Amino acid sequence: MLQAGEWAYSETLKEHFMNPKNILQGENTDDFDGVGMEGNLQCGDQMMVVIKVDKEKDIITDCQWKTYGCASAIASTSVLSEMVKGRTLDAAFHISPKEVAQELGGLPDHKIHCSVLGDKALRAAINNYYTRNGKEDKVKQEQAKVICQCMSITDLDIEDAVLEGARTYFELQERTKLGTVCGQCKDEAELLLEKFKHIHFGA
Amino acid sequence: MADMKVYFDNNATTPLHPEVKKEMIAAMEMFGNPSSMHSYGREARANVEDARQKVAAFIGADEREIIFVGSGSEANNTVLSLFVCGTSQCIAGSKMRSTIITTKIEHPCVLETSECLAHRGVRVKYLDVDRYGKIDLDQLAGMLGDDVGLVSVMMANNEIGTLQDIEAISRMVHESGALMHTDAVQAIGKVPVDVRQLGVDFLTISAHKIYGPKGIGALFVKKGTPYCPLIRGGHQEQGRRAGTENTLGILGLGRAVEMRTLEMPEEEERLLDLKQTLKKGIEERIDDIYFNGHPTDSLASTLNVSFTGVEGEAILLYLDLEGIAVSTGSACASGSLDPSHVLLATGVDAELAHGSIRFSMGRESSMQEVEYVIDVLPPIIQRIRNMSTAYIKGGLHAASR
Repeated sequence: MLQAGEWAYSETLKEHFMNPKNILQGENTDDFDGVGMEGNLQCGDQMMVVIKVDKEKDIITDCQWKTYGCASAIASTSVLSEMVKGRTLDAAFHISPKEVAQELGGLPDHKIHCSVLGDKALRAAINNYYTRNGKEDKVKQEQAKVICQCMSITDLDIEDAVLEGARTYFELQERTKLGTVCGQCKDEAELLLEKFKHIHFGA
Repeated sequence: MADMKVYFDNNATTPLHPEVKKEMIAAMEMFGNPSSMHSYGREARANVEDARQKVAAFIGADEREIIFVGSGSEANNTVLSLFVCGTSQCIAGSKMRSTIITTKIEHPCVLETSECLAHRGVRVKYLDVDRYGKIDLDQLAGMLGDDVGLVSVMMANNEIGTLQDIEAISRMVHESGALMHTDAVQAIGKVPVDVRQLGVDFLTISAHKIYGPKGIGALFVKKGTPYCPLIRGGHQEQGRRAGTENTLGILGLGRAVEMRTLEMPEEEERLLDLKQTLKKGIEERIDDIYFNGHPTDSLASTLNVSFTGVEGEAILLYLDLEGIAVSTGSACASGSLDPSHVLLATGVDAELAHGSIRFSMGRESSMQEVEYVIDVLPPIIQRIRNMSTAYIKGGLHAASR
């Protein structure tokens, strides 16, 4: 007979869940140079990331966070907050959810969306830092526009799905998982679906 | 890992009763097919029929009214699917009645089967529940009519423990000429169930919620009620459920209900005491909590509570690290992304549904375990709230600013 695993997820995830690093104590964020907040409570997760920056070198010296989220959200943000310390703002901005998941020792498919909020909130914090310091020119808009907040699906993802064969909203959902959580993006996604169908296929 | 192990997830499943285990082990060599006429078959047949008598006696039914099935889900699927059949040619008399009524808080095996029936042309109406999870009899009265063929209302809810007044519902349903089904999987063995008193036509039982084995359940079908099998192709169970009988499972179910008859009467008060202590402990030591389910018309074993600003899967996994097993209504723990449909139906908002924990106790639960939970839980909630964007004492949400 097989014995139960000691834990539901990877050992690294467990370690970060049991002893999360860099949690922001209290609510005061005045000491920080950039603050970012992403997600919403109705979807079941929300993330706040705050950073301190060496203004000479544009290097992140401290990264703290708070979350309303599950074990994967807690652990992935804990890992992320360790990863970004000492990195330049530019390097930190480009950390992908995939790198975070790898650092965690992998995540089950249905937990990926729980781990994407950390890096989104980090990017929001970095942009916030630029704005506060008169460096608006450096604010990087996400190249793609996020349509489905819950599953982090962008307009480019929708375009890709259309190019790969999605023709209906249902097929789009099958390929991207878009609109499978709160469903609020349905109207916007359907408009884009029609738009990309028209552009690429004249439909 | 913690030394203390506390299993407070008895609504999910229960450990085998030692007596059930003993009987099943003793019967492990019994391999005969109950349909065979030789001695092997006759031995198996005798045991299956003995168990049938025990199950029938337990719910006040006649043994011919008991059909053994593979699970509670199968029993519920059978009843609902039978109803589609009842609207067609093969069951005369019920052809015109093509509407079923059920509730928004049923088990997914009822809700998803109902959705499937809706695709096949059956009209399905869903009863609302109030904040305690009770259906409104006036709403039911308004829905009942000549078109309604079947009403399916669960007796006790698995998530919040709320009990429905099945007796009153049955009476109304029968007055309107419809058939009455109750999914009694969570009620059976916890509160007295007598099919005649309840007045139901169909009733669903599962063994593994009452210290019996998994993979076996029973469906009560009142004598004379229209019926059509879900699984065809055999004469087993009087042609009502094909497939060679799960003899060991049936034996286990029989022994499980027997043990329930002996242990149930004294157990309720003890469980209620445990629940009150747990409830009081949580209330006294943790701020900003909401209890879900009915305060009195509820299973003595089940306590469901929502913690503001805390996500349920995190609570579940921190408790697991302390050796405590519970369930949550959070989407994150289920593999789906939606929080508990039951809590949403009671009007709890999505955030509190994500932050809900179900404690379900059982025959082995003790006061010592309850006290351990009360000690371990508050620092866990405190710890998660300390890292939560959503919790500021007094209920203000950082997010809303």
